[in-house]
Amino acid sequence: MNQSKNAVIDQRVKEDYKYGFVTDIESDTLAPGISEKTIHFISEKKKEPSWLLAWRLKAYRKWLEMKEPNWQNVKYANIDYQDISYFSAPKKNELKSLDELDPELLNTYNKLGIPLDEQKMMNGIAVDAVFDSVSIATTFREELKSHGVIFCSFSEAAVDYPEIVKKYLGSVIPHTDNYFACLNSAVFTDGSFVFIPKGVKCPMELSTYFRINEAKTGQFERTLIIAEEGSSVSYLEGCTAPMRDENQLHAAVVELVALDNATIKYSTVQNWYPGNPETGEGGIYNFVTKRGLCSGKNSRISWTQVETGSAVTWKYPSCILKGDNSVGEFYSVALTNNLQQADTGTKMIHIGKNTKSTIISKGISAGKGQQTYRGEVKIMKSADNARNFSQCDSILIGDRCGAHTFPYIDVRNQSATMEHEASTSKIGEDQLFYCNQRGIDTEDAVSMIVNGFCKEVFNELPMEFAMEATKLMEVSLEGSVG
Amino acid sequence: MLEVKNLHVEVEGKQILNGIDLNVKPGEMHAIMGLNGSGKSTLSNAITGRENYSVTKGDIIYKNESIVEMEPNERALAGIFMSFQYPTVIPGVNNTYFLRAAVNAKRKYNKQKEYDAASFLKFVKSKLKEVEMDSKYLKRAVNEGFSGGEKKRNEMLQLLCLEPELAIMDETDSGLDIDALKIISKGINNYKNKDRSFLVITHYQRLLKYIEPDVVHVLIDGKIIKSGGKELALELEEKGYSWLES
Ligand SMILES: Nc1ncnc2c1ncn2[C@@H]1O[C@H](COP(=O)(O)OP(=O)(O)OP(=O)(O)O)[C@@H](O)[C@H]1O
Ligand SMILES: [Mg+2]
Repeated sequence: MNQSKNAVIDQRVKEDYKYGFVTDIESDTLAPGISEKTIHFISEKKKEPSWLLAWRLKAYRKWLEMKEPNWQNVKYANIDYQDISYFSAPKKNELKSLDELDPELLNTYNKLGIPLDEQKMMNGIAVDAVFDSVSIATTFREELKSHGVIFCSFSEAAVDYPEIVKKYLGSVIPHTDNYFACLNSAVFTDGSFVFIPKGVKCPMELSTYFRINEAKTGQFERTLIIAEEGSSVSYLEGCTAPMRDENQLHAAVVELVALDNATIKYSTVQNWYPGNPETGEGGIYNFVTKRGLCSGKNSRISWTQVETGSAVTWKYPSCILKGDNSVGEFYSVALTNNLQQADTGTKMIHIGKNTKSTIISKGISAGKGQQTYRGEVKIMKSADNARNFSQCDSILIGDRCGAHTFPYIDVRNQSATMEHEASTSKIGEDQLFYCNQRGIDTEDAVSMIVNGFCKEVFNELPMEFAMEATKLMEVSLEGSVG
Repeated sequence: MLEVKNLHVEVEGKQILNGIDLNVKPGEMHAIMGLNGSGKSTLSNAITGRENYSVTKGDIIYKNESIVEMEPNERALAGIFMSFQYPTVIPGVNNTYFLRAAVNAKRKYNKQKEYDAASFLKFVKSKLKEVEMDSKYLKRAVNEGFSGGEKKRNEMLQLLCLEPELAIMDETDSGLDIDALKIISKGINNYKNKDRSFLVITHYQRLLKYIEPDVVHVLIDGKIIKSGGKELALELEEKGYSWLES
């Protein structure tokens, strides 16, 4: 690549992160540090039932025995777990209605493009807004309730629907699963809870917007979605955080359970602060455990993710295909620009008969971004006639970035059908020249080519979010021409 | 319109063009013929400003200005168009979307109102007719899965939409069936007028049955070794190139 193109890359790379502002609001923030006392504090704050406190403490004790993993293909500074605050909430957060919401908070969400006030709420999309450690508002709750759909913060669910929470919490991701899931089990704060009863097609899109605001706090959200027999739901999460010089840890756990004939579609548009583009200072460590259990026959779980933010991303949204004829899908676009790193992919565990999984992963690396796709497809002995199709494509923009692919396949039943396709390409000089020769400038050409490259995945997103994702890619790529 | 003066071009350290001179006046059509690897596409790429095609000596003058330092998209906006010998596939990018982006870039450059989706569709449909292309090609990704001939027709469609003043046709006739050849030639003939010039690269005299070049050049080893009228093409068809080389 020639000099001028690298210059254009550098210039685009300097574009500001648009959501980097800090909300000036009084917060109750727990002093940094983790101990059993911290956990008692969180549990008390949330007025949790005692079994839940016991569950947390069990996880905490286990966590103390565990070691932080280091097999992933990312590098980051050591995390000092005693230097993180495990709870932070805006002071006035117990409200009866949305009208009581602090105007500063309303304003914050307006700036993020997510109006929470009743008049301006987005049509057909219910929103749960999570600010640092607490959920501050959930829209359209009453309307959803009339359909039997429960959509509320996890903290409320633990108090209001303890039986359901008790039954499913940790049923897909046990607290012992991995270091960060275990930490989350001990100190999780808020997240969303969704319950779709038998036979109900959720009448609107559900979504949660996660915002980290306070300095030095970690966000440990916990989300649980249960779709009963014959029900279906589409859920979307969005994430942003202010620009800060220090790294912040986001270690979430998301569990999905789909019973017979149920469908869950889970989409993520992740745009956490990626850190300083030149020095790499700051940014979010996005270490997330997400797993869905297709427990019933003919059930279906579909993960779609657009990962453009965070300094370091480390996540593998997975499906356990236990029910016969169940279907797992993973559609992913991950973009690493500047000094961002991502190690992401999926696991598909086939247990039931005639189970089917599809993996479409699109990785885009620009600047000095480093990206790894890591995927595992496991066909257990019991999984007769299982099928998997995997396609992992990477595209490199410029010559200072990298892409790596590690597909693992473990087949224990000979009737399985596996198809795997992979490609890595540089954003073609020929494609860019073709666009240029038609009068299209290089920046627009890159956006166009990258969006074309991601199309199969964007097509899986709900309409409004597909547009948002397209825009987000343009912003994240600004300047990364090559 | 286009003046190429003593043009020397190097590609990745390798000297390919060794002093080319050309003078294409407004309204003229020049044909370039020559053996495989003689440098015809290199000349097109150099005129359109492709990366890695460095001009080491000489100059390219377009509308009385040197364009050697201009970015490729600026040259395109200024009215230079190339029909690619091997049109590029852009997966996932809708053909109409691509074409509209290109046309709007040009309209913006000319300070004209940009087309919205609906008005563009109307515009492009009228052009489709001229190349007898089915509108289903508009819905596909740019050149993806297009047959050789379909790609060439798509290039012609782009030409008609972008309305260049200088059109370089790099083997647009190769791989076309007789019907398509007639359609493309008709397109060229209809498009050509006193202000628009063509540089047509071809291996076949058969194309020259349908279009009338004012000058035919023979390019060998990066140099134009002979220029003449239309009859030169006929002579080449008969005798090949060897009689010229010695
Ligand atoms: N990017 C490149 N790298 C190295 N060599 C190149 C490059 N582009 C062109 N060449 C070489 O330059 C010479 C001229 O190629 P060019 O494509 O201009 O030929 P042409 O006259 O268009 O041939 P054809 O009739 O086959 O299309 C060839 O020897 C070719 O291999
Ligand atoms: Mg050629």
